[in-house]
Amino acid sequence: MSNKVQVAVFVNGKKVQKKVEPRLLLTDFIREECNLTGTHLGCEHGVCGACTILVDNEPVRSCLMFAVQADGCDIQTVESLNSVDGPLNVLQQSFSDNHALQCGFCTPGFLMTLTHFLIDNENPTENEIREAISGNLCRCTGYANIIKAVQQAAQILQKEKSNSSVVSAQ
Amino acid sequence: MKPAVFSYLRPTNLQEALMFLEEYGEDAKILSGGQSLIPTMNMRLSAPAYLIDISRISDLNYIKLDGDFLAVGALTKHKDIENSDLVKEACPLLSEAIRWVGHAQIRNRGTVGGSIAHGDPSAELPCVLTALRGEIVIANVDGSEEVLVPEEFFLTYMLTSLQPDQMVKEVRFPIIPKESGSAFLELARRHGDFGLAEVAAVVDIDDEGHLLNVKIAVGGVNPTPTALEQVEEYLIGKKLTDEVLRQVSDLTQESVDPESDLHGTAEYRRELAGTLTVRALKIAVERARGGNNNVQ
Ligand SMILES: Cc1cc2nc3c(=O)[nH]c(=O)nc-3n(C[C@H](O)[C@H](O)[C@H](O)COP(=O)(O)OP(=O)(O)OC[C@H]3O[C@@H](n4cnc5c(N)ncnc54)[C@H](O)[C@@H]3O)c2cc1C
Ligand code: FES
Ligand code: FES
Repeated sequence: MSNKVQVAVFVNGKKVQKKVEPRLLLTDFIREECNLTGTHLGCEHGVCGACTILVDNEPVRSCLMFAVQADGCDIQTVESLNSVDGPLNVLQQSFSDNHALQCGFCTPGFLMTLTHFLIDNENPTENEIREAISGNLCRCTGYANIIKAVQQAAQILQKEKSNSSVVSAQ
Repeated sequence: MKPAVFSYLRPTNLQEALMFLEEYGEDAKILSGGQSLIPTMNMRLSAPAYLIDISRISDLNYIKLDGDFLAVGALTKHKDIENSDLVKEACPLLSEAIRWVGHAQIRNRGTVGGSIAHGDPSAELPCVLTALRGEIVIANVDGSEEVLVPEEFFLTYMLTSLQPDQMVKEVRFPIIPKESGSAFLELARRHGDFGLAEVAAVVDIDDEGHLLNVKIAVGGVNPTPTALEQVEEYLIGKKLTDEVLRQVSDLTQESVDPESDLHGTAEYRRELAGTLTVRALKIAVERARGGNNNVQ
């Protein structure tokens, strides 16, 4: 049955245009049509958060969207956080420094949720961090190290920001 | 887990959506935010032949004052309610409740119309609407509209009076006067999960703290959200003494018939409904007394 529909999206800044079945989930579109396998599928019904990506700059569950619904949207996946051979970004490095991942399966979802969170929350409290990650499940770390990683990342980002404002004021 | 094959329709205005509903109603499902429908499709609990994606109908996304009501378009997202100063002003109960709806990622996509149409008995918005005695505006395919109250709309567990060729167009939350106090309380295993029980309450008091007016509903403990009419009547003219609150708890527990599941037994949920009702009333009265119904 060919009832394929045209989908045009920007994925990590690159335009992607494909004909897909309407039932193709956005996660599968990203993984199989765009060959970006950093976005993981855990539960496929909205509970675990492993598939979290940014659609038009907002974190959403990519397993609860059909690719066709994203037509015309701007998508960012975990691959957008650093270049393939480049250094880790601040949040990624903080995860690494603090053992905020063990198996790493949940990590892309956490990173995308937190990337958005840290934009609006420069100096988050522990409670705010816990609330922010309440939609992401991790079976390994027990969350404590993830919280530490976010605190470290927030500090570094704040420092970087005040340094750069000093520079620009000079 | 993959959804079954379907044909995808994307109307750009209400009229077109209604036309599709007229043509495919029985075999079609409306897709709004997809946060409840897509999980069931992924699990193949639902396999509609047509999906009518209404999410791009832009004129159904609004929050505005309309007479005594805060009128919310069906496509308004949960996160828009959460961020709205108008909602905070006009219906703080709704501002307080919305934060209990799923997680931020869910609230970024889920819609008010979808939440009402889904009819989940433990969902927060139906509970708030029931407490406030709000209204649901339904669009028929012939262009006519109907206005239903929650009691008429929510029939039982996940079942509403909505027909296959009808659509929820607007949800109308009565404006809460400044001098009233309101409170929304819920207990869930983890914030963002569906509640084990939840309570929405609004009260007016006189200078001595006697209750003049009480509206209260519970969710998650009956097949539909339930207005606690007995409690409301009982409380008129009374102060919240220990004895009165004990009676409130008993009356609440008599009005609910929860089921046991993985997350809690029926007995536990029944008691919880009583306890949360008492706590919600205390907080609502406190807020009315302070003349400050601001929700933090
Ligand atoms: C992990 C998780 C946790 C959640 N936790 C909560 C929670 O704690 N509390 C809560 O309330 N919800 C919760 N939800 C559900 C969420 O709030 C949904 O957004 C909401 O229930 C449905 O809104 P939607 O726009 O996504 O609807 P959809 O999923 O698009 O649709 C739901 C149903 O309503 C119908 N429908 C949608 N819009 C209309 C309309 N305008 N007219 C007629 N029919 C319509 C659809 O055909 C479908 O049958 C959760 C979801 C997930 C995945
Ligand atoms: S895979 Fe999407 S939430 Fe679990
Ligand atoms: S690191 Fe293994 S699930 Fe989170």
